[in-house]
Amino acid sequence: MPARCWVEVGRLDDIPCCGARRVTRADGSPPIAIFRTADDEVFALVDRCPHRGGPLSQGIVQGRAIACPLHGWVIELGSGQAEAPDEGCTATVAVRRVGDRILLALPEGEMAAPPGEAA
Amino acid sequence: MKGKACRDRLVVVGNGMAGMRTVEELLARDAERYEITVIGTEPHPNYNRIMLSSVLAGDKSVDDIVINPAGWYVANGIRLIAGEPVSAVDPAAKTVTIGGQALGYDKLLLATGSKPVAPPIPGLGLVGVRSFRDIADVEAMIAAAGAHRRAVVIGGGLLGLEAAWGLKRRGMSVAVVHLMPSLMERQLDVAAGELLRRDLDARGIAFFTNGQTEEIVGTDRVESVLLADGREIPADLVVVAIGIRPNVDLARAARLDVNRGVLVGDDMRTSAPDIYAVGECIEHNGAVFGLVAPIWEQARVCGARLAGDDTAVYAPPPVFTSLKITGVDVFSAGALAAAEETDDEITLHDAKRGIYKKVILRDNRVVGCVLYGSVGDGSWYVELMRQKADVSPFRDQLVFGRAFAEQAGAAATTVDVAAMADDVQVCGCNGIAKGTICRAIIDQKLQTLDAVRAHTKASSSCGSCTPVVEAILAQVTGGAIVRRDDPPICKCTELGHDAVRRAIVEQELLTIAEVRGALGWKTTDGCQKCRPALNYYLLCAWPDRYRDDPQSRFINERAHANIQKDGTFSVVPRMWGGLTTARELRAIADVVDKYRVPMVKVTGGQRIDMLGVRKEQLPAVWADLNEAGLVSGHAYGKALRTVKTCVGSEWCRFGTQDSTGLGVKIEKMCWGSWTPHKVKLAVSGCPRNCAEATIKDIGVVCVEAGYDVVVGGNGGVEVRVTDHLVRLASEAEVLEHVGAFLQLYREEARYLERTAPWVMRVGIDYVRRRIVEAADNRRALHRRFLFAQSFVQTDPWAQRAGGAAGHEYRVLAEVG
Repeated sequence: MPARCWVEVGRLDDIPCCGARRVTRADGSPPIAIFRTADDEVFALVDRCPHRGGPLSQGIVQGRAIACPLHGWVIELGSGQAEAPDEGCTATVAVRRVGDRILLALPEGEMAAPPGEAA
Repeated sequence: MKGKACRDRLVVVGNGMAGMRTVEELLARDAERYEITVIGTEPHPNYNRIMLSSVLAGDKSVDDIVINPAGWYVANGIRLIAGEPVSAVDPAAKTVTIGGQALGYDKLLLATGSKPVAPPIPGLGLVGVRSFRDIADVEAMIAAAGAHRRAVVIGGGLLGLEAAWGLKRRGMSVAVVHLMPSLMERQLDVAAGELLRRDLDARGIAFFTNGQTEEIVGTDRVESVLLADGREIPADLVVVAIGIRPNVDLARAARLDVNRGVLVGDDMRTSAPDIYAVGECIEHNGAVFGLVAPIWEQARVCGARLAGDDTAVYAPPPVFTSLKITGVDVFSAGALAAAEETDDEITLHDAKRGIYKKVILRDNRVVGCVLYGSVGDGSWYVELMRQKADVSPFRDQLVFGRAFAEQAGAAATTVDVAAMADDVQVCGCNGIAKGTICRAIIDQKLQTLDAVRAHTKASSSCGSCTPVVEAILAQVTGGAIVRRDDPPICKCTELGHDAVRRAIVEQELLTIAEVRGALGWKTTDGCQKCRPALNYYLLCAWPDRYRDDPQSRFINERAHANIQKDGTFSVVPRMWGGLTTARELRAIADVVDKYRVPMVKVTGGQRIDMLGVRKEQLPAVWADLNEAGLVSGHAYGKALRTVKTCVGSEWCRFGTQDSTGLGVKIEKMCWGSWTPHKVKLAVSGCPRNCAEATIKDIGVVCVEAGYDVVVGGNGGVEVRVTDHLVRLASEAEVLEHVGAFLQLYREEARYLERTAPWVMRVGIDYVRRRIVEAADNRRALHRRFLFAQSFVQTDPWAQRAGGAAGHEYRVLAEVG
């Protein structure tokens, strides 16, 4: 089943440092935001702020967090949790870097074992 | 807390304000005790039903009124079953039935709310007849307002009037049918009801009082409302809002003791073991409930009981009402009129100004008040009621309000916020007591109203309790709030804006990373507050050397378009001095057609806004606009926005100078400039000031003798009229002064500080000294401005239409 696979969505350099890009879904489910931190770590969240649905991919990346462009909520990239005192959570999406390739496991799919580093 | 075995199961029937408030009270006391399941019939998370009228009126969206978003349930380990009703409760087996399945409980909480009262008249089933109770009703009403014209609201109480006003705001013609002679007769006396009727009448709502509805007429769809006296009112939408009654169906079927509502004791228990009930579905001591204050108190008691506190008992707090209609201030609490021998009424009635105040006293203690037109003292009267305070020392001043009464002496000590008990409810919308606010201020070291709002939600809905919250903040923090001259930029640094700017120039810091390194930033890459500020300061200090950092700009400035709440963008091309041409208009019309732009709007700054453009479309839209010579209007930036003009001496019979031509020249000089905050200009051709130059950041008002340059105005939240800077004789001098003023603002104002607060902070005399009196200084500022401009006057849209920053506008990939 395709949903069980890790899908390559791009290369690290496709995302600006301290920036984000959007991955859309053919089935119409919510887009996914992929973030690149200053340290070249990569995270993925469903592209909706838990506050009022703002597109997190359009925010400002700071450390391992993203500030939503609509009302400035700060969401932890690793957990999807809003920074206190705000409360809320955005779904995380499994993502990994293999070399400079960025692989994504789709949210509704069960997680298959990721391909090895050499793949 | 999750996964802990053997916890008791709490099932909550009803996912509304009362039920979820009880769960919150429970979790605050003991988050571990229960495995909680919440079952709601509406397919929404818990929202603030009180604010439905604000959604109807268009002041808030459905999202705005959600109290507990889906994430809250997840975060607290609560299972939410939304959109499916419970069909039965079996107290003996301790189960509820949902979707044919039995679900066991150890404790059950009934919070089933209320149902709209349906009058016994024909026609209630016609298409176009709604109650006003939930989100589905509001959505139906909004849809009807879009498609139809005439609405009739049956019921002139609180709910009916809010519905009427919302529909009026949505553009419908609205009539209200009310059975009684006076509006809101349960909350207002006749005098206040009459003032209310007069005000709403003036807003175009028609009233049929003493109106008994006989029938709602129509074959398939509603056509009219027929009254018993023969009057017939045409209608496309009928909203029935004559009241609510407790929803007791489940409880009655389960053979719980039920009268009007589910009977509960002071401990919020029903007649069945382990079944509690709160909110609009209950009856306590003969009373049923529809207002929020007593329900919050019930939730507090019930939450405490569920957490094992056997001492918590319910005592009804004073109940107050206010009406949510913009500009109509109504407040009432307790008794509406003298009822006993010992009762007195003190009344102030200024019919012309529409102000009415009545305070009802019993044995020199306040037992009720009715306020119209001036309601600021409502919470004070309620507090006096709650305290049962003897008001005889200031009885003469009582009706004039707290400020007067406190001048009179004795009152000051009795109702100071310091004396206010911790359990007094301050924020009625969110049910926040004084003690909660105080604890948050102390525990979280809160210093600002915004922080108190963020942490407690107090004063974050309707805002009417803001003065009280501010007073509590001031009282708790005492003299501890230190107003620093140059407060820290953000939590990443102790340094203020001015100090950082000085260091950038003195130490010749050239990148954001250098600034953070040299000045000891506490975070590695800053935050959304300091990054855009530093980016601006560097850009301003080193126009020829600094390389702009797009990742330190807000999305609007990064994408060169304005993000909207749905994630689409708006596009505003520059129209120099508000002038346009057939070619430009044709190009805009073609873009609107070609890209199916959903909305086109003329802006306040004399330009055209295309709203709802998808991000991916932006470069192509810009390419098409560029073809006709249209460039970015920077409507999205902390930047030079518009130069608004009137037609001036070329056409206008009053015009003294060529205001349009001068506006174009100023805009040509200034466009593209990045500034601490947005900057708007205007040029008026005569003192009639049709371009509204005196509420702009910089205005020019032409007079026979020349040009008055005015600065530091603002038309936003706080309107401020400009200060006069100088009168000049020639256009060339105007351009030099405008450029110099802009550069002074760019170099010295703090990021996100508009010209109005900046001029107020430094003083207009300082600005005059730097620009008017010191000619050398002015010329130097003007030169620096033009130098900076030489690097930015390239159309960012043309660059991006040509492929620059393409990653910004393309999705990375599409996956299955």
